[in-house]
Amino acid sequence: MNRRALRKVKNWSFLALSLIATTLGLACLAAILWTLLSHGLAGVSSQLFTQMTPPPGGQGGLLNALYGSAVMTLLGILIGSPIGVLAGTYLSEYGRDSRLSIVIRFINDVLLSAPSIIIGLFVYEIVVVHMGHFSAIAGALALSILAIPVTLRTTEDMLNLVPVGMKDSSAALGAYPWRTTLSVLYPAARSGIVTGLLLAVARISGETAPLLFTALNNQFWSTQLNAPMANLPVVIFQFALSPYKNWQDLAWAGALIITVTILVLSISARVLLALLQVERGSGR
Amino acid sequence: MENSGSETDTVAIIDPRHAAKQLIYEKIFRAATLSAAILVLLILGGVALSLLRGAWPAVSHFGFSFVSREIWNPVTDEFGALAAIYGTVVTSVIAMLLAVPTGFGIALFLTELCPPLLKRPIGVAVELLAAVPSIIFGIWGLFVLAPVLQRHVQPWLIGHLGHLPLLGSLFKGPPFGIGVLTAGVVLAIMVLPFIAATMRDVFDTVPPMLKESGYGLGATTWEVMWNVVVPRSRVGMVGCIMLGLGRALGETMAVTFVIGNAHRISSSLLAPGTTISSAIANEFTEAVGDLYTSSLIALGLLLFLITFTVIAAAQAMLRRLERRGIAV
Amino acid sequence: MQMNQTIFARLAVMAVAAMSCAAAATDISGAGATFPYPIYAKWADAYKKLTGVGLNYQSIGSGGGIKQIKAKTVTFGASDMPLKPDDLKAAGLLQFPMIIGGVVPVVNIQGIQGGQLHLDGATVASIYMGDITQWNDPKIKSLNPKLALPNTAIAPVYRSDGSGTNFLFSDYLSKASPKFLSSIGANASVQWPTGIGAKGNEGVANMTTQTDGAIGYVEYAYAKQNKMAYTLLTNKAGMAVAPNAEAFQAAAANADWVHADSYYLILTDQAGAKSWPITGASFILLYKQPEDPAPVNEALKFFSWAYQDGASMAAELDYVPLPAPLIAQVKKTWVSEITSGGRPVWSGK
Repeated sequence: MNRRALRKVKNWSFLALSLIATTLGLACLAAILWTLLSHGLAGVSSQLFTQMTPPPGGQGGLLNALYGSAVMTLLGILIGSPIGVLAGTYLSEYGRDSRLSIVIRFINDVLLSAPSIIIGLFVYEIVVVHMGHFSAIAGALALSILAIPVTLRTTEDMLNLVPVGMKDSSAALGAYPWRTTLSVLYPAARSGIVTGLLLAVARISGETAPLLFTALNNQFWSTQLNAPMANLPVVIFQFALSPYKNWQDLAWAGALIITVTILVLSISARVLLALLQVERGSGR
Repeated sequence: MENSGSETDTVAIIDPRHAAKQLIYEKIFRAATLSAAILVLLILGGVALSLLRGAWPAVSHFGFSFVSREIWNPVTDEFGALAAIYGTVVTSVIAMLLAVPTGFGIALFLTELCPPLLKRPIGVAVELLAAVPSIIFGIWGLFVLAPVLQRHVQPWLIGHLGHLPLLGSLFKGPPFGIGVLTAGVVLAIMVLPFIAATMRDVFDTVPPMLKESGYGLGATTWEVMWNVVVPRSRVGMVGCIMLGLGRALGETMAVTFVIGNAHRISSSLLAPGTTISSAIANEFTEAVGDLYTSSLIALGLLLFLITFTVIAAAQAMLRRLERRGIAV
Repeated sequence: MQMNQTIFARLAVMAVAAMSCAAAATDISGAGATFPYPIYAKWADAYKKLTGVGLNYQSIGSGGGIKQIKAKTVTFGASDMPLKPDDLKAAGLLQFPMIIGGVVPVVNIQGIQGGQLHLDGATVASIYMGDITQWNDPKIKSLNPKLALPNTAIAPVYRSDGSGTNFLFSDYLSKASPKFLSSIGANASVQWPTGIGAKGNEGVANMTTQTDGAIGYVEYAYAKQNKMAYTLLTNKAGMAVAPNAEAFQAAAANADWVHADSYYLILTDQAGAKSWPITGASFILLYKQPEDPAPVNEALKFFSWAYQDGASMAAELDYVPLPAPLIAQVKKTWVSEITSGGRPVWSGK
């Protein structure tokens, strides 16, 4: 009886600990979101989306930073996701289990977790040094390299999920793999691939380190891809570490904007995936 | 024309131009996808090569002493990576010590204890924490966590643990609020959702029948967990931990705000220090002179080697799990 | 499928068109010292409103400014540590002073306001060497007999990046303490034995405000704008002075710019009863023979305007504008030394 009671106590204590752990984790999330909301909302004003980053002590907004981030993220996705999708298609359709594919999958997973600052150094060495100056295009390239592993992985997984029967039917009609992929597989895996894109956007829009030595920053409005371009993460970095109240408020507002954007993207990706599973489950 | 089954074949046989065009498209498409896939390899190779090239001046100048010296003086052009390596390792170890048990607890909760209705939302909440960009953790750490640590936690640590014989040296020194310990805590919070989510996925792959057998024999939930699920998931768990470690080692923004930017090794966890990634982030744009820049790139090379090794080993382990028929 | 393709194509064309619109006027780019950044930012704002020309200044520290101008990624570099004439010659650069200001120790001690704490060079040096560790240390108490100093640990904050402000501060401490000179020395970046590193004047100001018991050193405008508790210092004449425009001006009054080779002049620890001991000039670095003279001309026009119409703005932030004879001397240097194809780059306005 005594031993049984001991086992029970052990059980309850570990389960209690796991509950505490979960509460801790949720509490951290709540604390961070709460801080973001309370500090961030203080910095939100009508000028946030209509004015440029101000000098210290002045009034202003984040327009150039928002624009810069949007442009570089868009470019990063435009450059990176076709490569990721095509590479994922290769792994799923042609490579399958060949030695090359195994290596590529492995390398891809390593790149997925690699520190983004290393990618920033890489792009600095091959683009910034050769161009002689920082530029938005260098920033976009760094972001595109970060987007590739995400899209590759998702594309490959999603293509693998397409029922083999569909592929076989298409092949039976005499279609080459390219035709099958374009006309059958991509439409079937559409929401999965879009999920991958959303996840890639969520991933690269929050990255700071790779932009530090590629796009640098710009306190004015600039649309030139060939010049340094303002972007939200680097602006937050600079403003948060400054002693000026107006800058710190803007940094928090920017942080709130980034987090909300990424959370919305992540949740949308999730919802899409869930819908995809429902589609699959209902046997369509 | 006649039978639908052979229609395309008939067309293909009848119209060689059509077939030829289709074949050309196929070759183009295959080449395009293959090139994209090889590009991934080239990127990794490119990263390694460019880091090597950039780091070469520093490596050839300092030799092995680069990794064995603590000095970091941009003025006399003497650089040693030891302080940065130390900081990287210590903050990551602290992060793992805090995050792994907590992540394990969360995974345990989600797989065993959690009422089915709450499983989804709590799982999503944990994964949302993983989606928060690291710079947010950095500024939260500096403006919210550091003052709390400086005013309440660190004085307590110094007062109660500072005078112990061996352990005490870890908690000596004035309470700055920021420092190696704070950076470790922020890193832990960053890595936690990742570890929790991946461990939960690993636990979910254990066949329910094994667990039911345990319950059937009268084991408690904890006993099933510890004696059935964990041994079976050992490889997966180690893989998750190492992936988390790889992330912690390479993390830049969360750490840069709260590490204190001091190229010094101190036995106290409360002292400021530096990590490889925060040193690069802070100093790269202002590095004057070729040796300084090259030393920073050499730091980047070190980081690349360390994280690549850890992550590759982790992936290898997780792949073994996959090949055993358990998807992660 | 067809409609989607058309829409996508249209969106793509619009996006590309939007992205390739160039900026309106030529913007000047500069990088470097954080010491003068508050006044450069104010000037840039006013100049842009006046002429439409923007100044894109990256406040990354003097070390960064020197690097960027040597790498030709910016039109001008800014540094508070003047380059030695030999280094300038080797790089083909020219330097001239733009503005004068003072570096001020700031503290974050509960109950202590600005201008209350009085320190001297030797004490500050001891703090930064780690020899004095508590605010209620007898040495500090002896300088402040009437002040209630708490038993808080001192957290020294220093510049972690290559910094002219760091050079001025360490130069002053080296002059005040032989031990400091031999163990740490004076330079844009030194091995501080203890304390927290922060980036830029901004970072030091921020970290000092965030950390209880901290002491840092910043350009006076930062202390003023952010209402930080600055300290008084004992100057060479033995007087306790408060940092303000008058004290900086007194220190700069004795400077002999005419005989300074390439304007290389250090203004720390100057004689004079009212002189602030950590005064310094902030310099601009330009190429003597720029490859692209147009942006350099724009930059010189901006500097000329700043000397003239920016003086009142500088005074508001307690910077000291250059005296008129020095401005004239600098402009002469522009005409004679900054040339392209044999002719001066500056259009003279």
